[in-house]
Parts: sequence; structure tokens; C-alpha cells
Amino acid sequence: MANVADKPLVHEDDLLIEEYGYDDHFHDHHHGDKFQSNFVTTYFFSQDHKMIAKQFLITGMFWAIIGGLMSLVFRLQLGFPEENMAWLKPVLGKWITVNDAGIGSLAPEFYYALVTMHGTILVFFVLTAGLSGTFSNLLIPLQIGARDMASPFMNMLSYWFFFLAGVVMFFSLFLNTGPFAGGWTAYPPLSALPQASSGSGAGMTLWIVSLVFFVVSVLLGGINYITTVLNMRTKGMSMWRMPLTIWAFFITAIIGLLSFPVLVSAFLLVTFDRSLGTSFFLSEIFIGGQALDHVGGSPILYQHLFWFLGHPEVYIIILPAMGIVSEVLSVHSRKPIFGYKAMVYSILAIAFLSFIVWAHHMFMSGVNPFISNFFVIFTLIIAVPSAVKVFNWIATLYGGNVRFNSASLFAIGFVSMFISGGLTGIFLGNSAIDIQLHDTYFVVAHFHIVMGVAAFFGMFAGIYNWFPKMYGRFMNETLGKLHFWGTIVGAYAVFWPMHYLGMAGVPRRYYRFDSFAAFGSFDLMNQFITVAAIITFGFQLLFVVNFFYSIWKGKKMTDRNPWKASTLEWTTPIEGIHGNWPGKIPTVQRWAYDYGKDGKDFIPQIQPVGADESKDEH
Amino acid sequence: MTALFVLLCVILIGIIVVQIGKVTELAGKIRGEEEAQERTNRTQAGYSMIFMIVFLLACTVSAIYYKDSMLWYGPNESASAHGSSIDYIFNITLFFTGIVFFITQILLFYFAYKYRARRGSKAEYISHNNRLEVIWTAIPAVVMTFLVVGGLDAWNDVMADVEEGEDYIEIEATGYQFAWHLRYPGPDGKLGARDYKMISATNPLGQVWSDEKNLDDFHPSEIVLPVGKKVRVRITSRDVLHNFYLPHFRVKMDAVPGMPTYFVFTPTTTTEEYRAKLGALNDRGEPQYPEWHAPLDPEDPEGPTKFEDFNFELACAELCGKGHYAMRRAVRIVSEAEYKNWLSEQQSYYESTIKGTEDDPFASEAVEEEPELTDASPVEGDTPEGEGSAE
Ligand code: HEM
Ligand SMILES: [Cu+2]
Ligand SMILES: [Cu+2]
Repeated sequence: MANVADKPLVHEDDLLIEEYGYDDHFHDHHHGDKFQSNFVTTYFFSQDHKMIAKQFLITGMFWAIIGGLMSLVFRLQLGFPEENMAWLKPVLGKWITVNDAGIGSLAPEFYYALVTMHGTILVFFVLTAGLSGTFSNLLIPLQIGARDMASPFMNMLSYWFFFLAGVVMFFSLFLNTGPFAGGWTAYPPLSALPQASSGSGAGMTLWIVSLVFFVVSVLLGGINYITTVLNMRTKGMSMWRMPLTIWAFFITAIIGLLSFPVLVSAFLLVTFDRSLGTSFFLSEIFIGGQALDHVGGSPILYQHLFWFLGHPEVYIIILPAMGIVSEVLSVHSRKPIFGYKAMVYSILAIAFLSFIVWAHHMFMSGVNPFISNFFVIFTLIIAVPSAVKVFNWIATLYGGNVRFNSASLFAIGFVSMFISGGLTGIFLGNSAIDIQLHDTYFVVAHFHIVMGVAAFFGMFAGIYNWFPKMYGRFMNETLGKLHFWGTIVGAYAVFWPMHYLGMAGVPRRYYRFDSFAAFGSFDLMNQFITVAAIITFGFQLLFVVNFFYSIWKGKKMTDRNPWKASTLEWTTPIEGIHGNWPGKIPTVQRWAYDYGKDGKDFIPQIQPVGADESKDEH
Repeated sequence: MTALFVLLCVILIGIIVVQIGKVTELAGKIRGEEEAQERTNRTQAGYSMIFMIVFLLACTVSAIYYKDSMLWYGPNESASAHGSSIDYIFNITLFFTGIVFFITQILLFYFAYKYRARRGSKAEYISHNNRLEVIWTAIPAVVMTFLVVGGLDAWNDVMADVEEGEDYIEIEATGYQFAWHLRYPGPDGKLGARDYKMISATNPLGQVWSDEKNLDDFHPSEIVLPVGKKVRVRITSRDVLHNFYLPHFRVKMDAVPGMPTYFVFTPTTTTEEYRAKLGALNDRGEPQYPEWHAPLDPEDPEGPTKFEDFNFELACAELCGKGHYAMRRAVRIVSEAEYKNWLSEQQSYYESTIKGTEDDPFASEAVEEEPELTDASPVEGDTPEGEGSAE
């Protein structure tokens, strides 16, 4: 276990671990090293949580680039409908239709396919798997003081099911009839009837298959995260001493476990309707010159099932980002997170409430308007814990000693985005206002800012912060900051104007706006948005270059705790080893946020409480 | 060749980027880590403040710049009776959230700036403050309660169905890929029964002709309604989900196959009045909303202006397939007299198309008349492949 950078057993942390740690005789057996025995089991079928985290991250990045590029293509169509897009023909083939004047444009069905794929990929593959998968895997064992996940094997399966889901989805892009094109929510009858849309044939079949694999992945991962947090915390790591990251991942996993199966049930019923002639969601349909036999089903039932997952899903996406931001803000402002208990309780409140607000996506879907009363009330209640979290983040900065770097900048940016997007939720949650705003660009602005951009910011904050933990090197700070400023300016430039479009009534998911006088007078704004989107995407390439360059060429880490953080992951050796700690497992003596206490910059969690230390009931 | 060129460009940019990054890392080495970090804190904190100011200014200025084309402001007031209650809640919400938005964004960036790490500076140890936390939990809770009560009050009003004995007009809108099919009840004021199995090229709505209420129903190509009269729209779909969306009237409701929905509203502004408002001149005799005075066709500056051509519109607001974006119908709000007049010109679908054909259950009693197609909307979805074209 010798390493050059910190000389063996002189590091203070090692002394503390040696003295107070718990000897589980992990390294006495040889099982520890068998996972790393060859190339394939190290880099592909790895069961080491740190490697699986990297696999999730890099796969997520791949999908983010694909999904991002898709959005640029459809934004080009929206911003510049008259421009010639024939240059995309080598890539998109028949999906570019060239008119008599020789002007190529995106075929409408492919425009809808791109919008659908963009949504599905970003929501599930990038912001669920890429975010939760990466950071739950990386941080849960490291921050609670465990050698690995409860079941490393299931953990490996979790990644490979995700991978499989990706392969199936990727394959569906190349179908002759095109990928699924009915929106990421896949409402039937559109998604159930191949007659209704060319993407609803084989495209939809593969979409379902892919997402079922995906749910399997989420469940395998989630069970693992929950078990690990519940059972494998080191001595002294009581629940109330867990960092907020762990709280967030833990609750996220529970939400996922309770809601994703409902999505599968919806998919199952759609599949029955599609292939077995059942009528769960179909009734009295005349399509393709034919009256179908289905009677008695209700398309609204599907929406209930979908949003019973769909709303928790948005919190599955944002909670890990919130956890990461809490941690990063605290570490880099050298202060405890403000109101730790309030933060935990608001996570719990949000998690609970997220299960009883789903029908706010369905105010205008034909459900009994009386029912909406309840959902309005619960929805606006959920804004309260959300507000508390924002205030606490701001209060964490107050009186701090803020160290500006890419990680803390993205954390601050996250809070800004979450405020902007959360406030528009208050409009939409009020059903009366939603009459007008539902399915307009206002909703698009809302959820991209509060979920899309904010979750990305949380992810970036996490990557910049824990990159040294993953690769033993730093990402380049200058590029990181450039990336941050480009992204925050760009993201606001893209999504802020969409509020105005929405308030003017412009519906989302329109291939062109000029068919209506009411929606067609925003050409300039649409061009602006498209250009801003392209530039913002460019800044993300900066990140990608920085990421891969830094893996091999980044500045080397010489101090094992570069941010002076008090949590356990920074007590492990610089080069990650199997089992995480070379000797004993550290035990935990205090909560995770003793920053600036008694005039000390920070006190690591492994340090016992001194006799002269002041008491604090955080 | 182009691919190679693009690839080269990408590589080149990559190299440049990496070099930029290296330069500052070098600076860090020369000056020492700590001093470099302190300089960074100073500049980045400064950027934060600049960003905050520019951002908040941009929000304010752009909102003012676009206010005329946004609903609730400028000329785009709601044209229905219930619309103003929605607009009111919207504005109240905008007021409260606006305050919170500015305060929190300012504090966030300002604190980051003010408490940047400096040489010798230290963080205070503040882990919580119960009083403060109670206050800032209570304030949003109170504001939310206020908004919820106002919102639900309006909501239950707006969504209430018509009551027995009330005076209203009932019309029907049926969505299909990719258009709206409209039906009016005719003189009896009642829409006839439908059966989706009876839908055919000549019977686009599947009206049951043995139901006499159907005989006077007519299928206009636009919605025409008298001002000030309550309307109940029966909304339904023939194939997939659609959404009956009248942006100017704050009306929106999904069209669900197999389950008719409804929306009740009262138009309060005629099309002519709305046009007049868009074309209004201010005290100095200049157009109040110049954008509406632009010619409709930029090639023809002498032609009609945009406001002269203005029409209320019916759109679809639920993704229904590739032609979703083009399901437009015009909506005309007219005076009571004009409405009567228009009604009298309409011919029932039965009279024009069904009477005397083999579909007509009363064929034997009916006097033969040459069927004449008045329905202006072609039934696109009826081709065997179901390939309705969007254009
Ligand atoms: C402050 C609390 C929030 C409230 C009151 C709220 C309310 C709403 C409402 C009512 C809608 C439906 C709008 C419509 O379709 O007409 C909506 C849409 C959405 N919200 Fe939120 N929201 C809040 C926070 C969030 C957060 C934190 C996220 C994600 C992290 C989020 C993600 C979404 C998404 C993804 C949609 C759109 C789904 C779709 O139709 O495709 N929201 N929100
Ligand atoms: Cu929701
Ligand atoms: Cu539609």
C-alpha cells in the first residue's frame, strides 16, 4: 500500500484511523484483489464502486452529447425554418426533405422523434443514470466508511442493464420507421397505435424495451444504495451524522424504488394494448379509415400511472444535485451547511410530497376539476421545503470564507437556477394559471431551468469537486471557470426568453410557428435561442476536452485532502484502492460539517471530540 | 474532405483550449498556490457581481421590451369573461415571486462576493438559527396559502359546468389527425348522438342519423360565436389525444377519445373590437402597437396590415403526431345580430350530404335533393393509410 505522495503512516489521518479505526480484517483475505485481476474485470465488468461510478459518468456524458446534438438539430429547424438543412442529409438521410426550391428541411415526423429522444435521453440516461449512478456509487461507500456496496455484483449488473438500455435506444435511432416520436411522456393512444405515428411501431417497442432495462438498472442500483446506507455505515456514522449527499442519494433511491415499478406497469399495459388487443388505455378510436374494437379504456389512466413516476422522477433528478451542492457549498465556504436538520427534513418532506402531486401535470387533461383542488394544495406546499433549502444555501454563504473554483461556482449557479425555475413552478402549480400556461413554452422554460440546467450544474459541481477523488488529478481550473460562465450565461439566454414565448401562448412541441398568427411573431427570439443553444453546447465541449485531458494530463494531486473537507472520502489514499482504506476502516466521531469551529479551519469526521471543544446542537 | 476539415478544426480548437488552460496553471506555480487562489477569488467574485447585475437588468429590460406581445399586458388582454380572473392571479403571483426572485438572486451573488476568501479572513461558525428558520418557513407558507386560496377560487369558478336551465350555446369540437371538426346543434339547440363505429367518409363524426337531434346539426369550418353569450364546448377526439386551445380566451382542455370533456366560457370582445384595439392610435396619432401596423405581406406594403387581418385562433396543445403544429381554425366573435344572420346561412350536414342517400334512415319519406358538400373541412384522416397531411 505504499505510495509516494503521502509517506506511509505519517499522514495524520492514517494515525487517527490506526488509533480509532475498526479492524474488519478486510485485507487479510485475498478476495479483495480478485476483482482487479485482469483488464476486463478492471475496466469492463468491474465490481468496484469507484470504477462503476466512472462507467456511469462516461456513459452519461456520451448520451449528453448525443441528446444535446439532437436538440441543436431541432433548434435549427425552429430558429431558421427557411434555411437550407440539406447539409445534414449525409447524417440524417431521408429525414431531410428537400423541396422544389432545393431547400432541405427536417421532416416533421423526425422533428418529433428528435424532441422525444432528446427528452428521454436527458431525463433518464443523463440526469438519472449519469447523475445518481455516478455519485451514489462513488460517494456512498466512501462517505459512510464502507469497503464497497452491499452487493458489488448487483452494482455491476445495474451498470450493464443501463448500458443495454442505451444500446437498444441507440439502435432505435436507425429504424426505417424512425425512433419513437410521441414525446418523452409517451401518452397513448398516440404511443399505442402504429397507425397514428410512424415512430409508434417498432420505435415505440424498442423505446419500451429500453426503458424497462433502464428501470431494472435503477432498481438494482437503488436496492444497493439503500442497503448500503442502512447497513454498512461505519461505527459512529449515525444517520444524523451523514453528509447531505448521502441523505440525498438514500432518499432518491427510495423514491426510485417506489415509483419506477409503476412506470413499468404502465408500459406493460400499453404493451398489452398494442399487441394483445386489450383496452386499458384505448376507447372508441377511429384511425386509418377504420374503427378499432377497443372500448372502455381511458388514456387518462396512463397519465396517472406515468406521472406517478414522472413527478417523483424530477426529484430523483434534482435531489442528488441538491445533496452535492449542499456539500460543495459548505466545503468551499468553509462553513457548516446552514440548518442541517432542516435540510434533511426538507428532503424528507419533498420526497413524501412528491408522491401526492403528480396530477399537477394533468390539470387540463380531462380529470375531474374538483380533484385538482387537492393537487394544487399539495403542489404549492412542496414549494415551502424547496424555499427553505434555497434560504439555507444562501445562509451557508453568509459569513463564510468562500473559495471560488469551478466546483463552488457551479454550486452557486445551481442555486440561482433553482430559484429561477422553482418560482415559475408556483405559477404552474396553481391550476387556474395553468389553464393558460399548460403545454406552452412557459413549461419548457420552467423545467429546463429548474431541472435540466440546475441538475447539470449540480453534476458539474460534483465532477469538478470529486474529480481528484476519481482520477487522482485535478481538472483544469481556468477551463472550468470559462465553462461555468459560458454555461450560466448561455443557459439563461436559451431558456429565459422561453417564458415570454409561453406567456404569449406559444405551445410547446410545434414544428413551425407560422401556421398561427398568434404564435408566429417571434422569429427573432427563436433565432436568438437557437444561436445561444449552439454556443452553450460549444462550452460543453470545453468541459469534455478538459475532462479527458485531465484524466491523463491534469495537475497531479499531492495532498489527499485538497479541499480540506471533513468527510471520510478524503481520508483514503490518493490512488483509489480496492476496499478504499488500506488498513482499518475509519470510525466516525462527529457530524460532517465541523468547518470553522472553535477557530479551526475544519475538523475531520474521524477526529474524536476534544475535551475543550465547544458544544453545538446543530 | 469536409469531415477531415471539421476534424482538424476540432483538434486545433482542443489544442488551443488546453494551452489556455496551461498558461494559468503556470501562473499558479509562479505565484504560489495560495496567492493564486486569492487572486482568483477576487476576480471571480467580481464576475459574480457583474453577472448578477447584468442578469437582473436583462430580465427586467427584456420583460418590458416584450410586454406588448405577452398575455396579460399590452394589447393581449383576455377576450373572455373568466380570463381576467386568471390574469389577475397570474399578476399577483408574478408580484410575489418577482420580489422573492430579486431578493434571493441578489443575496446569493452578493454573499458570494462579500464573503470571498481573503488573506487572513475566516469563516464564522454558524450552523443554524431556529428563529430565522421558522420565519422563512412561515413566510412562504403564508404567501402560498394566499395564492392557493385565490387560485382555487378562480379555478372552481372557471371549470364549473353549466347549470340546468341556464342559457348557453353548446358546440362541439372533435380533434383528429390533423384538424378540428366543428359541429353546431342547429335550431333545436341539441347535439345529436354519435357512434364512432358509424364514422365513414360521408359521416366524419359518426352521427347516428336515426337520432332526430342530428338532422339539423351543421359542420362549419370556423367557430363563430355571439359576444357576451355563454358557450359550452363539448370537446372530443376521434383518434389520439388533442387539446382544444383558444389562447386569447384562456381556454384549454384535452380532447380525449371515448371521453368527451367540456369547457365553458363567455367571449367578451368581438373580433372587430379586438382589431380596433390592436390598430389603435395613441394621443399623438401614432400607432400604439406599431408591430400590428406592419403589412401582412412584407412584399406588398400597400396591402392589409396585420391588425386588419387579425383573427382569434383555435390551436392544438397536446402532441398528436406529425401535423400537430398546424391544426388551426379561425374563431370569429360577432354581434348577436351577425350571429343570427350567420346561423341562418348554415345548412345542416344531414340536409346537404346524407338526405336521400343509402345512409339516410328516413330516405323513403324524404324528398330527393341533390346532396351538396358544404363542409369546408376535408376529412383528411380518412384515407385508408390514415396519412392525413399536415399542410
Ligand atoms: C417549486 C416547486 C415546483 C412546482 C410548484 C412545480 C410545478 C409544476 C407544474 C404544475 C408542472 C406542470 C405544468 C404543465 O404541464 O402545465 C410542472 C412541470 C414540470 N416540472 Fe415542476 N414544479 C416545481 C419544481 C420542479 C422541480 C424541482 C423539478 C425538477 C427537478 C420540476 C420539473 C418539472 C418538469 C420536468 C415538468 C414538465 C414535464 C413535462 O410536461 O414534460 N419542477 N411543474
Ligand atoms: Cu411535477
Ligand atoms: Cu395536436
